Amino acid sequence: MARKITYQQAINEALDQEMARDPSVIVMGEDVAGGAGAPGEEDSWGGVLGVTKGLYAKHPGRVLDTPISESGYIGAAVGAACNGMRPVAELMFIDFMGVCFDQIFNQAAKFRYMFGGKAKTPVVIRAMYGAGFRAAAQHSQCLYNIFTHIPGLKVVLPSNPYDAKGLLIQSIRDNDPVIFLEHKALYTMEGDVPEESYIVPFGEAAVVQEGDDVTIVAFGRMVNYAKDAGASLRKKGVQCEIIDPRTTSPMDFDTILESVERTGRLVIVDESHPRCSMASDVSGFIAQEAFGALKAPIQMVTAPHVPVPFAASLEDLYIPSPARIEEAVMRVKEYR
Amino acid sequence: MSSSLTREGLLQAYRTMRTIREFEERLHVDFATGEIPGFVHLYAGEEASATGICMHLNRDDYIASTHRGHGHCIAKGVDPVGMMAEIWGKRTGTCKGKGGSMHIADLDVGMLGANGIVGGGGPLICGTALASKLRGSNNVGVCFFGDGASNQGTIFEAMNLAAVWKLPVIFVGENNGYAEATASKFSVACENIADRASAFGMPGVITDGFDFFAVHEAAGEAVKRAREGGGPTLLEVKLSRYYGHFEGDQQTYRAPGEVQKLRETKDCLMQFARRVTSRGELSMAELEAIDVEVKTLIDASVVKAKADPLPLPEDLMADVYVSY
Repeated sequence: MARKITYQQAINEALDQEMARDPSVIVMGEDVAGGAGAPGEEDSWGGVLGVTKGLYAKHPGRVLDTPISESGYIGAAVGAACNGMRPVAELMFIDFMGVCFDQIFNQAAKFRYMFGGKAKTPVVIRAMYGAGFRAAAQHSQCLYNIFTHIPGLKVVLPSNPYDAKGLLIQSIRDNDPVIFLEHKALYTMEGDVPEESYIVPFGEAAVVQEGDDVTIVAFGRMVNYAKDAGASLRKKGVQCEIIDPRTTSPMDFDTILESVERTGRLVIVDESHPRCSMASDVSGFIAQEAFGALKAPIQMVTAPHVPVPFAASLEDLYIPSPARIEEAVMRVKEYR
Repeated sequence: MSSSLTREGLLQAYRTMRTIREFEERLHVDFATGEIPGFVHLYAGEEASATGICMHLNRDDYIASTHRGHGHCIAKGVDPVGMMAEIWGKRTGTCKGKGGSMHIADLDVGMLGANGIVGGGGPLICGTALASKLRGSNNVGVCFFGDGASNQGTIFEAMNLAAVWKLPVIFVGENNGYAEATASKFSVACENIADRASAFGMPGVITDGFDFFAVHEAAGEAVKRAREGGGPTLLEVKLSRYYGHFEGDQQTYRAPGEVQKLRETKDCLMQFARRVTSRGELSMAELEAIDVEVKTLIDASVVKAKADPLPLPEDLMADVYVSY
């Protein structure tokens, strides 16, 4: 039965249910319990924002605090996956991939291919991403495009609580390495989530709003901004079709293609920088596959090519807004 | 020093070391013809290390290896015939021609891969050991790394993590004196790699990598300690490689006659043979019979590798994912 819970609770519930179902699922990371070796509570934090709170007591010995040593424990999660476990490692902020990327892209991602199909690396690396918290350049990036670029990795970007739970359960059961990315701003978002276990399959986009005028493809948190823009545009008589790819690898290009062939107009909303981004990826794909269907140039609504700034006045300018999405939609709608 | 090895154990040790030597010496010759693709880093000279350590391991123990990984593979039980085909880039290779010399792996025998990234294996082996520990088995993990990797952060992080979690890991620092063309005397800030063990609260042991029996004994203690829940050990094996960093390396950074002198005075196979025959444990005839068998095997592996088919176009896209 569905009831309203938050995105954060949905993630916690997915971990809890999978740990209960499968003893090979373990959770590890910096302060995922929070308090190892300290004189107070052994599970004082449950992750830096409390996402894994309570799992330590429910699953003794399977929620492991690590040193602040990302190469060490992310690599250990990969190694454990090669030896029969299904580790879910938390990288805390996606920005920290900078100190452990080798273990992800040279090791985990490559094993199956490089070893002739004989390795299986069912590891999940969870991390939070995204701007909006005045956390500045080293705690606010998106970076999903970088993981998407690497063959061997799967990349998941849930935009709501229902998808967060179903996609995380699929990630844990999946037999390939999965990068599961949670937008900080979505942790408090509420939505209908079934109590029972379920999966949301990879590579299947969600059409979150139907419309025949303009296709909007949006990623992660930007799906919600696109919905805001879409609601406002509807009042002005513009019907947007909003597509949430949900996973960027694998990527459901078919749904996007089918929509653009119908609308002839495409706006892509991506919180990341514009160069070599999901926005440019989708843009390139449509330019190649549906050039004849386009009635207007593709519009990319992205962050600028600058690091994420600290000051509120600048960060607010940095993040794509519903207003900018609306403007882009109107540009392609009115293009002649 | 008394050997704890049975006759069968001694024969196995000699056969493994001889197989590695023959494999590498043959590659040295064949690589020079230009027919073998890519980079090859030979393990010849270091055989006592892989052999002395892996003889303590069983199939369910894991090892992580390095770019200089052929010896570790053979010692852990990877089929040399498949390895040769892999190095020749053939579809019949251990990794179907997708990995090559630097990435040979066979998880079925606990070989987690040679590794093209220096220091890449440390964190990984902590993971296999963590899995063993959480399952309540007494399996161990061995991380082979070189003096070059001894300066990588991944190795420090792995040692700390293994000590913090008290993991059944043996860190084997194979110090052959050179990281590529740079001497370990220059690049390793302390006298011995093993000295760093105390910083991670684990025992650090130095052993002579030309002496199979010394390696075997030191490794035996470290493996026993790990299996019994005593945590990790850092074992530094002092040895030398007989060839360059890679095949084609002119080695002008080495002293003239350096390798020749080692071959004549310290060679691990020579020392082994001298010892077991002088003690009457094995006969020269038995060792020579192994030499012939091994040579036949390696010759056949090359003939087969040359004749085997290349990967097919449809193999290009295969095995990126389990499902996609």
